[in-house]
Amino acid sequence: MNGPNTDLIQGTLDMLILKTLSLEPMHGFGIARRIEQISKGVFKVNPGSLLTAFQRLERVGWLDSEWRQTENSRRAKFYWLTRSGRKQLEVETANWNRRASAIARLLKAEG
Amino acid sequence: MSFWRQVTRGIQVLGNRRAADQEIDEEVNHYLEESTAMFAAKGLTPDEARRAARMEIGNEAVVREQIREYGWENTIDTWFADLRYAARRLRGKPGFTAASILTLALGIGATTAIFSVVEGVLVKPLPYSRPERLVALSHIAQGVNIKDLGLAASLYFTYSEENRVFQDIGMWQAGAWTVTGLGDPEEVPGLMVTNRFLAVLGVQPALGRPFLPSDDDPRGERTVMLSDGYWKSHFGGERTVLGRHLMLNGAEATIIGVLPPSFQFLDRKISLILPQRLNRAEVKLIGFCCQGVARLKPGATLAQANADVARMLLLAPAKFPLNPGLSAKTFRDLLIVPNLRPLKDVLVGDIGNTLWVLLGGVGLLMAIACANVANLLLVRAEGRRQELAIRAAIGAGWGRIARELLLESSLLGVAGGAFGLALASVAVQALVASDFVQLPRIHDISIDPAVLAFTLAVSLAAGFIFGLIPAFKYARPHLSGALRSDGRTAGQSKERHHARSVLVVVQVALALVLLVGSGLMMRTFQALNRVHPGFSRAPEIETMRIFVPAEQVPGPERTTRMEEEILRKVEALAGVSAVAITTGTPLESCCDNNPVRVEDQASREGAAPPVRRFKYVSPGYVSALGSRLIAGREPTWNEIYKRIPVAMVSENMARELWTEPRKALGKRIRPMSIGDWHEVIGVVADLRDDGVDQKAPSIVYWPLLRENPGGAGTATRSAVYLIRTPRAGSIGLRQEIQHAVASVNPNLPVADVKTLEAVYKRSLARTSFTLVLLAIAGSMALLLGVVGLYGVISYSVAGRTREVGIRLALGARRQNVTRMFLCQGLALSGIGAICGLAAALGLTRLMRSLLFEVSPADPLTYAGASAALVLAATIGSYIPARRATRVDPMEALRAQ
Repeated sequence: MNGPNTDLIQGTLDMLILKTLSLEPMHGFGIARRIEQISKGVFKVNPGSLLTAFQRLERVGWLDSEWRQTENSRRAKFYWLTRSGRKQLEVETANWNRRASAIARLLKAEG
Repeated sequence: MSFWRQVTRGIQVLGNRRAADQEIDEEVNHYLEESTAMFAAKGLTPDEARRAARMEIGNEAVVREQIREYGWENTIDTWFADLRYAARRLRGKPGFTAASILTLALGIGATTAIFSVVEGVLVKPLPYSRPERLVALSHIAQGVNIKDLGLAASLYFTYSEENRVFQDIGMWQAGAWTVTGLGDPEEVPGLMVTNRFLAVLGVQPALGRPFLPSDDDPRGERTVMLSDGYWKSHFGGERTVLGRHLMLNGAEATIIGVLPPSFQFLDRKISLILPQRLNRAEVKLIGFCCQGVARLKPGATLAQANADVARMLLLAPAKFPLNPGLSAKTFRDLLIVPNLRPLKDVLVGDIGNTLWVLLGGVGLLMAIACANVANLLLVRAEGRRQELAIRAAIGAGWGRIARELLLESSLLGVAGGAFGLALASVAVQALVASDFVQLPRIHDISIDPAVLAFTLAVSLAAGFIFGLIPAFKYARPHLSGALRSDGRTAGQSKERHHARSVLVVVQVALALVLLVGSGLMMRTFQALNRVHPGFSRAPEIETMRIFVPAEQVPGPERTTRMEEEILRKVEALAGVSAVAITTGTPLESCCDNNPVRVEDQASREGAAPPVRRFKYVSPGYVSALGSRLIAGREPTWNEIYKRIPVAMVSENMARELWTEPRKALGKRIRPMSIGDWHEVIGVVADLRDDGVDQKAPSIVYWPLLRENPGGAGTATRSAVYLIRTPRAGSIGLRQEIQHAVASVNPNLPVADVKTLEAVYKRSLARTSFTLVLLAIAGSMALLLGVVGLYGVISYSVAGRTREVGIRLALGARRQNVTRMFLCQGLALSGIGAICGLAAALGLTRLMRSLLFEVSPADPLTYAGASAALVLAATIGSYIPARRATRVDPMEALRAQ
C-alpha cells in the first residue's frame, strides 16, 4: 500500500514473531494477524517473508513446530518458542530498547 | 545445537524432497484458506474473498519458491541438477565425448602409471618404524679408491661400545646355505646378522622369539630364523616348527622364530636369517666383510653421526689387534672415512633420474592431450554461441554460464581419469609381474591411496584448466554478433582462430620434445649395443653357480679336484664345447677389489698400491667365455695343483703398467706385501665387468687354488661355471648339468642357472625400458599433435568454404587452393617445431645421466625428429587441404 514504509526488515520480523509466540503457540496466519492487530495496522506482514522466517527460526532452534487441528478442524502448522527462543527474545528486546533510547536521545539533541 | 539442526533438517529435505515441498504447499494453502475466511467474514462474497486473499499473498508460486529456497540443501540440489544437465549434454554428443575421454584417458593413464612407480620407489618411506632414522653404515677407503668398503667386525664392536648417536647398530652379510634333510638339497639365500639387527629395523618375529646376545656366542647352539615364505613352503606353516632342526651346510641349527610376512630388506631374497656368531677375541682390525645398518637417536642428524663415526675410527686400532702381515701404517694408508647414508638412498640407488625423466615425459604427453581436448571444447563452444548469447540476453550471469562450462569439462576430466586409472592399473600390474627392468622396491609399486588421490587431483585440475579456455571466450559472448542468424559464417574471426592455433603450436612443440627425447634414447641404446662386452656369442654360454661348503668338503685341494671333476663331467655332455670356472658372473660380479703390488714398480712411500678386480679362474676360461688371449697363455691344471705362482692380467692393466701387452709377460705381481711373486703368463682382452656402460676395470686372474701365506692354499668355494654350448638355455641341458653335478657330489645344489645372454639383456634393461616408454609417449604425442593439426585445418577449410568458392569461381587453380591450406598447416607446425627445438635443447640437458656416448644436443637426433614431425604435419594438413578442392563453387556461393 502507499503511505509510510511499513515493510518489516528481517531482524525486526524475527523479534516480533518471537514476541507473539511468547504468549501462546500459533499458526502462521494467526501470527500475521496478531502482529497487525497489536501494531494497530502499522505493520503489514509479507506472507512470503513470514513463512521463510519460520523456516529460518526453526533451523536455528528458536522455534519448534507441529501439525495440529485448528478450531475450524483444518490442519495447520503450529509454532511455539523453545527455551533458547525465549532467551533470544530477551536478548533482542534488550538490544532494541537500547537502540531505541539511543536514537531518541539523538533526535532530542538535534531539536 | 542449531548447527546440528541445520544438518539434520537439510538431510531430511534432501532425502524426501517431495514430502518437504508438500508440507510447504499445505502451509501456504492453509494461509490462503484462513485469509479467504477472514475476507468472507468481513462481508465479501466467497469469490471476491478468495481473490482478495490471493492478491494479498501475491504470486503464490513465488512465495512457495521463496520458502523452498531457504536451506543449504538447495545449493547441493542446484549443483546436482547442473551436473545431471552437463552429463546429458555430453551424452548428446557421443563423438565429441568419446574422443575427449579417450584422449584424456591416454594422458592421465600414462601419467598415473609413471607416478605410481615414482611414488612406490622414490617417495614411499621404507616399511619400518620411523624409517627416516635408519642409515646404512659403510665406509670409503680414500687411500685405495674403494667406494663401498662396508663394515668390519672390529668397527662394529667399536661403534657398539663407544657411540653417542646411535640407538642400535646391526651388521649384516648376505649368504646362502645348502639345506639338506628336507628333500632335495637346496641352496637357500638369506642374511647373517648381529643380534640387534632386527631391533634396528623395528621388526618383531611373528612367531617365536627375537635374537638374543646369547645367539651371537660362537660357543652356543646354532639358531636360525625363517622367513614367512620359507616357513609356509617348506614347513606347511605349522606352528610346531619352533624348536625343530635344520641342516645348514652340514651343521644342525635350531629354528627359533619366523619373520612376519611383510618383512623385506633391500629387495634381497631372504629365506633364512642366522646370527653372525663372531668371536670377539679373534676379531682382527681389518676384515671388511659386511654392511652395517643403524638407527639414529631421536634428534641426531646424519652429519653428527658421520662425525661421531670418524671419531670412533681412531679408537678402533687401540681395541683390536692388526692382522698378521699388515702394519698400523697400512691401516692409516687406507684413509678410511665414514660414509653414512639414509637407508632408502642405498636401496633406491641411481634410478631416480630415470624415473623423473619418464615422469616429465608423460607430463608433456598429458599437456598435449589437454591441449587437444581444449581444442575440441573450443569448437563445441563455438557451435553453442547462439544458445549462450540468448541465455546471457535473458539474464544469466557470467558466473552461471561459466560454471556450467566448467562442470562439463570437469565431468570429462573425471571420466577420462577413471578410464585412465583402469589403463594405468593394468600397465602397473604388467610392469610388476614382468620384473623386466629390475626396479628397486618393485613390490612397493601399486595403485595405493596416494596414487588415487593424485589421479583425482590431476583429472579435476585438467578438466578445470582446459575448461577455462572456452569459459573465458564464450561465457560472455558479444551479443550482437552472436545473435545474428548468420553467426556461423562469421565464426572465423581472427580471435577465435588464434586460440586454436596457439594450442596446436604448443602441441607440436611438446611432441617434438618427446620425439627428440626418444631419439636420444634410441641412439644411446644403439651405442650400448655396439660396445664389445668382452665375451662373444653370449646366447651360447650357460652359467651356473656351485657352492662347496668347508664343512662338507674340507681341504682346499680336495675342493678344487671336486670342482675339476664336475667340469670334466659337464664338458663330456653332448654339445658342450668348452667349460671353465671363474668367480663372479661377468657383468654381474662386483666387488672383489684389492690392491696389487708390482715387483719392479715399488709403490711410493706412503701410498697404497692401486686396486684391481680379482678373479680366480680355471684353464679354458678364455675359450669358454669367447674372449681373446692378447699375449701369452693360460695356466694349466698342473700348475694350479702344484700351486706354481702364475697369473694373468687384463689388457688395460698390461697397457697401464708396462705400455704393451707383450711386455707384461714375465713381470711379477703379488696381492699382499708378503708371499710369493706371481709371474704374469698371459694377457686377456678387456671385460666390461661393471656393466656395458662403464669402463672395463683392470682385472687380475689368479689360479683357482689361491695363495695363503704359510698355509695350504685356499680353494675357490663359490664357483661360477661358464659352459659354452649351442644348447644353452634348454631344459634338457640344465637337467643334464644337474645330473652331472649330482654324480660327483649329490649334496651340492646347483644355483643361479642362466645364460650370459640373459645377464647381458638384464644389464641393458633399464635403458631399453626408458627407450620403450619414451618412444611410446613420443609416438602418441606425435599422433595427438597431428590430429590436432588436422582438426584445425579441417575447421579452417569448412569455415572458409565461401571464400574458396569465390576463388575457384574467379579462376584460381585447385592446386593453389590446396597449397594455401597446406601452407597454413606447415606454417603452424613450423612455428611449433622451432619452439619445440628450443625447448628440447633446454630440457634434454636433464636427461644427460641416462645417455651414453650421445650428447643431449646431438644434431642427428634433432634433424631426424624434425623430419618425422614435418612429414607427419604435411600428411595431417594435406588431407583436409585436399577436401577444399572438392568444393563446388556454385554450391559454395549459393549456401548461406
